[in-house]
Amino acid sequence: MNLCADLMVLLPELILAIGAMALLLAGAIGGEKTAPLISWGAIALLLAAGLACVIGPEQATAFHNAFVSDGFSRFAKLLILVGAALSILLAEEYFARLNLSRFELPVLMVLATLGMMLMVSSASFLSLYMGLELQSLALYVLASFNRDNLRSTEAGLKYFVLGALSSGMLLYGISLIYGFTGSTEFAAIASVTAASGAGLGVIFGLVFLIAGLAFKVSAVPFHMWTPDVYEGAPTPVTAYFATAAKVAALCLFLRAILIPFPDLIHQWRQIIIFISVLSMVLGAVAAIGQTNIKRLMAYSSIGHMGYALLGLAAGTTLGVRGVLIYLAVYVATNIGVFACIQAMRRDGKAVENISDLAGLARTDLKLALLFSMLFLSLAGLPPLAGFVAKFYIFLSAIEAGLIWPSVIGVLASSVGLVYYLRLTAIMFFNEPAPALDKGRAFGSTAIMLVSGAVTLVLLVAPSPLINAADAAARSLFP
Amino acid sequence: MSLPILSLCTFVPLLGALAILVVPKAQSARWIALGTTVVVFALSLLIWANFDNSNPGFQLVEKLDWLGGGISYHMGVDGISMLFVVLTAGLMPFCILASWESIETRVAEYMVAFLVLETMMIGVFCALDLVLFYVLFEGGLIPMFLIIGVWGGKRRVYASFKFFLYTFIGSVLMLLAIMSMYWYTGTTDIVALLENPNFPPHMQTWLWLAFFASFAVKMPMWPVHTWLPDAHVEAPTAGSVILAGILLKMGGYGFLCFSLPMFPSATEMFAPLVFSMSLIAIIYTSLVALAQEDMKKLIAYSSVAHMGFVTMGIFTVNHQGIEGGIFQMLSHGVVSGALFLCVGVVYDRIHTREIAAYGGLVNRMPLYAAFFMVFTLANVGMPGTSGFIGEFLTMLGAFLHNSWLAIFSATGVILSAAYALFLYRRIIFGALVKPSLKTIQDLTPREIALLAPLVIITIGLGIYPKPVFDVTTPAVAKLINDNKTALAMDKAGGKVAIVQKEAAQ
Repeated sequence: MNLCADLMVLLPELILAIGAMALLLAGAIGGEKTAPLISWGAIALLLAAGLACVIGPEQATAFHNAFVSDGFSRFAKLLILVGAALSILLAEEYFARLNLSRFELPVLMVLATLGMMLMVSSASFLSLYMGLELQSLALYVLASFNRDNLRSTEAGLKYFVLGALSSGMLLYGISLIYGFTGSTEFAAIASVTAASGAGLGVIFGLVFLIAGLAFKVSAVPFHMWTPDVYEGAPTPVTAYFATAAKVAALCLFLRAILIPFPDLIHQWRQIIIFISVLSMVLGAVAAIGQTNIKRLMAYSSIGHMGYALLGLAAGTTLGVRGVLIYLAVYVATNIGVFACIQAMRRDGKAVENISDLAGLARTDLKLALLFSMLFLSLAGLPPLAGFVAKFYIFLSAIEAGLIWPSVIGVLASSVGLVYYLRLTAIMFFNEPAPALDKGRAFGSTAIMLVSGAVTLVLLVAPSPLINAADAAARSLFP
Repeated sequence: MSLPILSLCTFVPLLGALAILVVPKAQSARWIALGTTVVVFALSLLIWANFDNSNPGFQLVEKLDWLGGGISYHMGVDGISMLFVVLTAGLMPFCILASWESIETRVAEYMVAFLVLETMMIGVFCALDLVLFYVLFEGGLIPMFLIIGVWGGKRRVYASFKFFLYTFIGSVLMLLAIMSMYWYTGTTDIVALLENPNFPPHMQTWLWLAFFASFAVKMPMWPVHTWLPDAHVEAPTAGSVILAGILLKMGGYGFLCFSLPMFPSATEMFAPLVFSMSLIAIIYTSLVALAQEDMKKLIAYSSVAHMGFVTMGIFTVNHQGIEGGIFQMLSHGVVSGALFLCVGVVYDRIHTREIAAYGGLVNRMPLYAAFFMVFTLANVGMPGTSGFIGEFLTMLGAFLHNSWLAIFSATGVILSAAYALFLYRRIIFGALVKPSLKTIQDLTPREIALLAPLVIITIGLGIYPKPVFDVTTPAVAKLINDNKTALAMDKAGGKVAIVQKEAAQ
């Protein structure tokens, strides 16, 4: 009956796996016209998986310590599921408007989500790689989903080639670590490195591992794919990249570094600080010159990953708590931004240039207010939600004694403020461009409102989020 | 006191803003904004009425759980902050009235921005938790950014960005300092930090510098004052009033509340630096003001010079200096606000702020000339106006500290008379020759109602400043006492450390 118990631990994943197959079958039998139905089915599946997460066991391992379900993984899974469900909602609307609805899209998104959930639950490098590849393969297809569009195909191809390269590096790192420690399980590696210290081989493996993972979270210097993919992919897919995929990759990053290598902190901390600081600075500086809003969001996400990695560099429970709070706020804000971006249409066509937003405050005050509020929240300005996120990251970094990275971080956030402010200025100060289309579907309106409300009131009552993140962070370090 | 009167005072403007968003019509927005600010002013007077002058500590305290772990929603006022709350609440109705006709586009949004700004400003002076203080301190930037950027002059975008970035870069360093303090003491509660300010001297140095970066920009002190003239010139009249009247005071308030009592050793160490910067501000910016051709720019530079007196007074850490600094801030809040309103009066008619475009206004606007005269003299520091008391006391404090300091700063008084009277002569006196001025009208009843109360306050406080000193004296005495005790403890601690070091050797 051991298998049965193991399967119960993986109940949310099983729901998604079996459900995805069922949806695929239904789509294949029913044809293209079932696409909206399949989308809603996919959302229902994600909700069911979320429910299974909530009622699942507090702390359990399965399949000989290859998978673990703890507070940390459940926090991450819920964020991933929310991001995925809302992205599917956006996608349904987006493709229906283009008359391009296909049932494969929600199915692929469910499969990618399944991969992400495996990623954040994995406690061994083998299961980690399996989850990662499941996610990546689905994402490659999603990036090029708009297949008649040159940029979308280009995005998919670029993502695939570079993603495969990074997977190779990751695998190489894993094999080195396995070779020098004799295990792929995180706990076993931790006891080996604790006993025998940092061997050269392990450190080599660690470096390759970090390089591969940094690629997945699009941290500098492994960020080059991000702007092209963000720009080329269909907007809801970009939203999916920016929310669920980032959460999964970063939570995986946390677990795969903190659990197997707690005793090598002096070795990996330098690298993490390095890529974190570079990401913060590059994300801020490079975004200033952008004219396409999706490219701008790509650089913004690079910067945000830099801040989140600062929490990892702290290497403490507080750091993990900071990262989780950061990710929660980041998902809530970003999904709203992408809903706004999707609402940027003129004469039925999507527009993506920042200049298209000129004078939005005169033609559509509500959208302009929401848009600029979300942007300023991303900039980390109090009293908006983004401030809470940055506050807890820097709080943990200061506690860990990372004064100079924090100073660079806050200065980079001042630089980053320039482009967020510029967007606000364009919307409020400039002469209006021709008005954007008014009609907005129910789904994206709801997303915008909820995202805006969260952004606005989080600082009034932050304790539920902080307590949840705190409990999740503690469960990572048993 | 069961009524959370400070929170009410802080958050009633937000309710007003919400009400305007529900009914975004221009005329109703004006009335709602005026009504809200008047109610808030009444509430602030209620705070004063409930304030116990003999108690030097924090009063009307409210405390709620907020972020947890020693970071709470903690509000309260002492003898210093209470007056700034009243000043803020008192200036707001004037701002709304000043914008009544001059703001014609996007009125509802304008009023919302002002009301949100009022919440943030009052909150800053009431906050008794460093994180809460920081949130409100920064939260005021967005509405001010919009006020300058949307309703400002020609170079408004440049000015609004400059304003925002200068202040923001200064403040983020303060945020990191707040975090270090949190990890050192386990709390960000201002009351707890004041009771037990035991940061080691080297840490004090860094913390002081980080706070200084924020407050010196806000103040603004030379050489980081350059955002102020731009912001003033481009901002609409009411924006300038708030900027000069309240936002600048946050810097001085910060020095008083945090730098002096919490980092006494660093304050002592850096006092010469502050004095030098203050003297440069007083003398250099007064000279710069002499050369200005734009009325608002001239008043902006004079603000920098006056703030130089304030920082000088505060860092003498004696009774006269600090009381003078506080009084100077309050008085300058009223006087500079009134001066910007005066500029707004003629700007609304002629639509230029260039001094050369005016001349001989006394012939057609005698009432205006009289009002402007009072505020000009108050700005100069004429005895009998509120400007005199603050300037005199800060110089007295400086004299007790170091006579050279007082001597150099006294030149600022002469220079301020020079630029202010020079401005007055060029605008008001002489023959009325400019054709555009031939038909200019004197003050309307609305404008008289706007300026008359300010005249009464200016002269009233100049003759009888006791109500203010009654409130501030106990708080200032406690502040100086806190500073000296902590300083003595630091020195004793330093000696102990040296003795221990020698013993170890």
